Amino acid sequence: MTPLDKVEGRAIPFGLKNVDTDVIIPAHWLKTTTREGMGRGAFESLRADPDNLFDRPEYKGAPILIAGDNFGCGSSREHAAWALGDLGIRVVIAPSYSDIFSGNAVKNGILPVVLPQQAIDRLMEVAETDPVFVDLEHQTVTTQYQDRFSFEIDPFRKMCLLEGLDEISLTEKSDAAIGAYEAKLDADRPWMRPAA
Amino acid sequence: MTRPRTLYEKIWDAHVVEQRADGTCLIFIDRHLVHEVTSPQAFAGLRASGRTVRRPDLTLAVPDHNVPTTPRLDAHGNKLPIADPESAAQLAALEKNAPEFGIRYIDAVAPEQGIVHVVGPEQGFSLPGTTIVCGDSHTACHGGIGALAFGIGTSEVEHVLATQTLLLQPAKTMEVRVEGEVGPGVSAKDIILHITGVIGAAGGTGHVIEYTGSAIRALSIEGRLTVSNMAIEGGARAGLIAPDETTFDYLKGRPYAPKGADWEAAVAYWKSLATDPGATYDKSVVIDAADIAPSVTWGTSPEDVVPITGVVPAPGSFADPSKQTAAAKSLAYMGLEPGTRMQDVEIENIFIGSCTNSRIEDLRAAAAVIKGRHKADNVKWAIVVPGSGLVKAQAEAEGLDRIFTDAGLEWREPGCSACLAMNPDKVPPGERCASTSNRNFVGRQGPGARTHLVSPAMAAAAAVTGKLTDVRELMA
Ligand code: SF4
Repeated sequence: MTPLDKVEGRAIPFGLKNVDTDVIIPAHWLKTTTREGMGRGAFESLRADPDNLFDRPEYKGAPILIAGDNFGCGSSREHAAWALGDLGIRVVIAPSYSDIFSGNAVKNGILPVVLPQQAIDRLMEVAETDPVFVDLEHQTVTTQYQDRFSFEIDPFRKMCLLEGLDEISLTEKSDAAIGAYEAKLDADRPWMRPAA
Repeated sequence: MTRPRTLYEKIWDAHVVEQRADGTCLIFIDRHLVHEVTSPQAFAGLRASGRTVRRPDLTLAVPDHNVPTTPRLDAHGNKLPIADPESAAQLAALEKNAPEFGIRYIDAVAPEQGIVHVVGPEQGFSLPGTTIVCGDSHTACHGGIGALAFGIGTSEVEHVLATQTLLLQPAKTMEVRVEGEVGPGVSAKDIILHITGVIGAAGGTGHVIEYTGSAIRALSIEGRLTVSNMAIEGGARAGLIAPDETTFDYLKGRPYAPKGADWEAAVAYWKSLATDPGATYDKSVVIDAADIAPSVTWGTSPEDVVPITGVVPAPGSFADPSKQTAAAKSLAYMGLEPGTRMQDVEIENIFIGSCTNSRIEDLRAAAAVIKGRHKADNVKWAIVVPGSGLVKAQAEAEGLDRIFTDAGLEWREPGCSACLAMNPDKVPPGERCASTSNRNFVGRQGPGARTHLVSPAMAAAAAVTGKLTDVRELMA
């Protein structure tokens, strides 16, 4: 996973509340075999409108998405995080998320920033014309004006994102413990291995 | 003496590799079942990071969700092409990934192929006291033989493939005790539908449910798998039923089950897993088996259960305002009026299958009702999809296939089929289906499809009369 520290660039002033994962990536994209290319299906129904926000030239490849309350609710599909990542999104800023979505986001190197609605409103305004700066190390979102918003993040998630660590790399640090468990299991309950 | 523990706590404790400061544990996974839908991205992830599968010997792959249930071989024994290119691509990916990563693989045309949750116990790959995961929420099914089994997402599939472990928080425990004897015509499916109606679709959230009591003990393994399968419909991540003689008799001699002296050691260990006297659960529900009737769902949540003798409820009859809104929406989708007798609801489609109800006992129960009868004229589509090739062969040896086809039902090849309609088996928009599967969600059996969850015997009864029917009326 690509480590994430400072992200700066245009932020898509999306702002919608209760965006479910079916809106982020419709169900028919679940029949794929890769994570890549899913950006084409991201927000498909909204992007059917030629004037949609996502395809405006100034927001092409924007690394930040500003959304409303309860972002990523509904089905637990991890494809939602893949689709955002493939679209180039590294940071989502919203007042709240579904638990499963924020977990999936972090697992896929996307930072879910939680800020109060007031801050969101201000950032939506700035995003119309100017870039937004996100600093994970210092846990701040700033603009080129006087805005400076601090956010909270679970220290474990922060470390994973900063170091670009996925859960597998972390678990691999416990390799010796897993090996010891396997050896003990083979000694105590050898019949646990499939017989054939 | 150690503190008395529940079955869940014993299995959990035996699988802790490491405990983190916040209580999260690294848990060893004994069995990993893989199918074609949730695995391609996990294998791609392994490839991209140059990782291998840590324990291919503990991993078993079988295609089930996308496979067509029409014949898979032509007259010359060659594989027939799969029409939908996306289904074909997912199936081809598994066929390529399994050997590449050294994983046991059951091919779509192998005699043992079937729904992953039918195949696991049938092959003796799923064992009591093991931890079992699969990228599918109905992995809870394997709890019927006393395994701690639950569904995982694609990132977790990759994590298990690479490390044979998962990082988990311990769950709370819940006991659902069903005491007494069920009446005639009442099956394991009716028991779990009734339980889901009583505890609600979120009743088990955050918990692992252990099903206990004389009515559960009396069930065969097929019946226990049906009950545990739908633990997830009650909000629980997993279900459990303590292994006993019924379990041991079922598993003995199965291909992957322990043999000889190993078998004796295994049985001794399994016997030690039962919940200790004096152990406590975080939550308990007691149900009288005599209260359970053949049951049916009226709405789009599995908790929307009534006895077949009941009527469609009025949304206003629910105390919770959010349930009132949900019920009104459900009824609009289902095209039902409050007060309608369930037995007056006409049915155009019948689906007998899915990992909930596609084992030999389920097919026997359906065949017993349909024998010597014919499907009603208004029933346009009625399919019987055995859970595995071995179930299919057994049913054919018993002549069940002929009973179904003589009655005008179609006899199909094994797979998930109309349970989730990912393959061509779909219920048309606006039409009803009496289905032995586990989810009556909006669009689950096809866009606009209206699902009524029932037992195999009840599905057979509906096929005969063309309406939801109290199977007891058709029983001699
Ligand atoms: S039969 Fe249905 S519930 Fe069971 S594994 Fe297949 S899709 Fe999932």
